[in-house]
Amino acid sequence: MPIDYLPVFLMVGVVTFLALVILFVSRLVCPSNPYYEKNRPYECGVDPWGEASAGLFKVQYFLIAILFVIFDVETMFLFPWAVVLDEIGLFGYIEMFVFIFLLLVGFAYAWARGALEWES
Amino acid sequence: MESFLAIGLIVGKLAVVIAILLILPIPLTWIERKIAGHIQQRLGPMRVGWHGLLQPLADGIKLLFKEDHIPVEADRFLFTLAPIIALVPPFLVFVAIPIGDSITLFGTEITLYLADMNVGLLYILAVAGIEVYGVILAGWASNSKYAVLGSLRTCAQMISYEIPMGFSVIGVVMLAQSMSLLDIVESQAGLWNIVTQPLGFFVFFVSGLAEAQRIPFDLPEAEGDLGAGYHTEYSGMRFSFFMISEYLIVVFLSALMVLLFFGGWHGIAMIPLPPVVWFLLKLSFFIWMFMWLRFTFPRYRYDQLMSIGWKVLLPLSLANILISGVFML
Repeated sequence: MPIDYLPVFLMVGVVTFLALVILFVSRLVCPSNPYYEKNRPYECGVDPWGEASAGLFKVQYFLIAILFVIFDVETMFLFPWAVVLDEIGLFGYIEMFVFIFLLLVGFAYAWARGALEWES
Repeated sequence: MESFLAIGLIVGKLAVVIAILLILPIPLTWIERKIAGHIQQRLGPMRVGWHGLLQPLADGIKLLFKEDHIPVEADRFLFTLAPIIALVPPFLVFVAIPIGDSITLFGTEITLYLADMNVGLLYILAVAGIEVYGVILAGWASNSKYAVLGSLRTCAQMISYEIPMGFSVIGVVMLAQSMSLLDIVESQAGLWNIVTQPLGFFVFFVSGLAEAQRIPFDLPEAEGDLGAGYHTEYSGMRFSFFMISEYLIVVFLSALMVLLFFGGWHGIAMIPLPPVVWFLLKLSFFIWMFMWLRFTFPRYRYDQLMSIGWKVLLPLSLANILISGVFML
């Protein structure tokens, strides 16, 4: 029913509004005293060097993200399957496990090639 | 007239839910610090109010009056947006979480949930996933090395554990043949799911700890090597938004554990208590468990964290689906 989703939109609106109000109130009462040292990124008192968001990161994070996309889509398929499993019976069960098996082959390959290892 | 009344009721319940959720972190921080104190053989906060009861309130006021500092090199728009993106999803999750069936008040029947969605569980997993955006934007926009490293770690951790978490609830969906949380609780009227799905609960609990970034998986905030992780550069109210969302994540994960595996508001027949009281009792037990574990376990290394997620929990949760399927047929 559409009315079930009305609270979702109301919730987004109200919470965002409340957050902005709180930030506004805080802006009114809080001090503001920025100076050169305070404005620099925190690096334990050492002079910051180089750009932090230059786009350099360990490639392992990227591999994890790719694997996540594959398995998250698989989850999306599993949910409706689980709801109707009783009706589709053994045929549906075997079919889903062929599907999962195919994904697991890819997962095993990634595992064997060391995509899940973090020590280099 | 009827629909006006229905919408009025929804708005009223929404106001109550938001008010409770905004206030809830205040007692929770006090309880957490008290538990920490007593586990470590000290007293915890004692100065402000009776046994430090007003301490979180004092902290809140302090945060409100603190300078809201934005570093010059930060991306100002994303930096201001990130705390709000982190704050909204935990609130959204509570739209779909029921705390009871319904009660009769002044002759009208009031349902104890905001919305009974037929895809409730999927909705909760999806909305909880938005939380990652707040984290990665916060770290990236700060333009500080600790923040970037912290947000990368958090992001990889949260998406890794989202998969076993999603898989572990499939068994519950199979048993209830529905994704609506009301139906799932109804299906446990006789036998709680923990009896038939112990493996599913184990995987859900461990990945829940990782999703909430609690010890032993609190690497995003490993203060020894990362400063404060993705919110290193945040101060004042923006910082407290991250804290509020962190506490609410603990609450909704505990609520999910109760609803999915421990029978929701169904109690033990021998002890007659109202259903809502049963639900709140179980909920507080799991919240307490989260806090207890925090002061009992050491922290995992990052490579250990990743191998637990991908090499242990993922195969275990898939095996759980396989075994539950066999029992269903």
